[in-house]
Amino acid sequence: MSDIADRVKKIVVEHLDVEEDKVTETASFIDDLGADSLDTVELVMAFEEEFGIEIPDDAAETIQTFGDAVKFITEAS
Amino acid sequence: MFDLTGKNALITGASGGIGGAIAKALYDAGATVVLSGTREEPLKALAAELGERAHVITCNLSEKESVEALPKAAVEAMGSVDILVNNAGITRDNLFMRMSDDEWDSVLNVNLTSTMRLCKGVLRGMMKARWGRIVNISSIVGATGNPGQGNYAASKAGMVGMSKSLAYEVATRGITVNCVAPGFIATAMTDKLTDDQKEKINVQIPTGRMGTPEEIAAAVLYLSSQEAAYTTGTTLHVNGGMAML
Repeated sequence: MSDIADRVKKIVVEHLDVEEDKVTETASFIDDLGADSLDTVELVMAFEEEFGIEIPDDAAETIQTFGDAVKFITEAS
Repeated sequence: MFDLTGKNALITGASGGIGGAIAKALYDAGATVVLSGTREEPLKALAAELGERAHVITCNLSEKESVEALPKAAVEAMGSVDILVNNAGITRDNLFMRMSDDEWDSVLNVNLTSTMRLCKGVLRGMMKARWGRIVNISSIVGATGNPGQGNYAASKAGMVGMSKSLAYEVATRGITVNCVAPGFIATAMTDKLTDDQKEKINVQIPTGRMGTPEEIAAAVLYLSSQEAAYTTGTTLHVNGGMAML
């Protein structure tokens, strides 16, 4: 697993208080990991800080799963 | 009670009578404050009167860029914004049938849209801190209406609905969002009224007098405090019983 994926996973595990093995490629933050809509906003905020990138609102809406997040951040950073 | 030591507060419209009293109340409770307004001189005078924990940042609330820069500048000055008091407001009264688009737009823009932008601007920091207090200064007129103030009343009622919606969204993050709705308060604005006009107003108020800016500030101080953690989405009417809502 890439460094980016590890760092994203760490944020997700800490923020949503979920088991690490539940954070799979296709795991949806809301449907599988118990996030509410505000959690997803906070996750995006945390990603922005961790990776020093800007995630615009329209892009943030497309980040639904762990895999989406890793893909977006990999492309952006 | 109501100790704000270590908290940082941003107050808009701080050069006015009510805003100045709010700034003083929060400062006296231990908060560091950013005084914002359009006119620098009265803000500087107030900052000098308060002391070293008071900063001045001017802002024109009718300009989007200026509004969006304010929370960032306040964070630079104080380190964070833990308490936001949206107190600034304007009136451009006219009979509804004569009200121009410009009169409508300017009042909604300054009173309601800038409040929304400032709330948005401080939320990120508050969410991370898991603590925040937003107090929006509405008006009795937002609840009762007032002839000649269709725009102003709409903006003040709009604040209440916006505050309730936001209060729902951020309640689990330790952030409260409330309104204070003043009735008639004795300020420079009401000084211009004639004694006859004042008398007519006072007979409509059960307490028989206008309120003081300090009485509004006391309500804001409460809603800004740790003690008010369970009070959110509400509107505190401070009007001498003029409208018992």
